[in-house]
Amino acid sequence: MYLTPLQTLIMILAVAAGTQLTRWLPFWMFPENREPPAWVLYLGRVLPAATMGLLVVYCLKGVSWTNPPHGAPELLAILTVVVLHRWKGNVLLSIAGGTALYMLLVQVIFA
Amino acid sequence: MAANGYGPFWSALMSAIGFGGSMQYVAITLLVTAFDPLQAFLLAVMVNARHIFYGLSMLDKYKGLGKVRPFLIYVLSDETFSLVSTLDPSEGVERKDFYFWISLLDYSYWIIATALGGLLGRFLTFDTTGLDFALTALFVVLFLEQWKKENRPAGVIGLACAAVSLAVFGPDNMVIAAMVLILAVLLGGRKKLCT
Repeated sequence: MYLTPLQTLIMILAVAAGTQLTRWLPFWMFPENREPPAWVLYLGRVLPAATMGLLVVYCLKGVSWTNPPHGAPELLAILTVVVLHRWKGNVLLSIAGGTALYMLLVQVIFA
Repeated sequence: MAANGYGPFWSALMSAIGFGGSMQYVAITLLVTAFDPLQAFLLAVMVNARHIFYGLSMLDKYKGLGKVRPFLIYVLSDETFSLVSTLDPSEGVERKDFYFWISLLDYSYWIIATALGGLLGRFLTFDTTGLDFALTALFVVLFLEQWKKENRPAGVIGLACAAVSLAVFGPDNMVIAAMVLILAVLLGGRKKLCT
C-alpha cells in the first residue's frame, strides 16, 4: 500500500465521481418530463446494436493478429458461441460453451 | 487488488462506490502511483465514456419509473445495459421490477464477487486463464440478439467503426474514437437507417 487510507478513499471517490458523471450526463441533458429531439430517440434505437459491436471489438483489442496463434482461440471460441446460439438459443449455454472451449484452447492446445 | 497489498475491504468498497467494471482495473494502477485525484477523475470519465451511449439508449425505457430511476442510473453497467436494452420483460412482469432486479442483481454480484476475490484469491488453485472470455461471449450473444431485432446495419456499423478505430488509434485509445465515428456514421446515415 503506497497511499494512506484517507488518500485511497479520496482516489476511490474521484474515480466514482468520474464514472457517475458519464452515467448521469444523458439523463441530465434530456430530462424525462420533456420529449427528447427526434435524433436522440433515433440514436436510442440504433445505439444498442452498434454498441454491442463496439464491445465485441473492445474485448478483442488485446489480441495479437500478426503473431501466432493469430487470434485463433478467440475466433474459434466466438464461432462456437455463434453456432451454439443459433442452434439452441440458450444464452447461458452459448456463453459457457464458448468460454470452456476458449479456456481449453489457451491452456492446453495453444499453450 | 490483493496483489497490490489492498485487503478485501478495499476491493468491496471500490466496487460499491466506484462500480464500473474495467475502470476498477485501471484504478488499481492509480492506487499504487502518486496521489492525483484529478487525474483519476478525468481518467474515469474517459474510460467510462461508453456509459453516455448506454444512457442515450435507455432514455426512453427508463422513463416514468419513479423512485427506482436514480438507482437504475447509478448502477447502469455494461452488463445491465446489455441485458435491459436487448431483453424485454416477459408477460405479467412490470417493466420497473424487471429493470430494478436486473440492476440490483448485477450490482450485488459484482460487489460480492470482488470481495470474495479479495478474500479467496490466494486460495484459488485451478487455472482460470481464459475465464474472462465469458464477457466477450456475453457481448457476442447480445450482438446476435440485437441482430434478430432487425438492427443489422447498426450492428455492422458498430463492428466496423470499432475495428477501424482499433487499427488507427491502437488498443488504449480506441473507445472514444470509435464512439465519435459510430455517432458520425449513424447520424449521417439516419435517413437510410430510419425504418
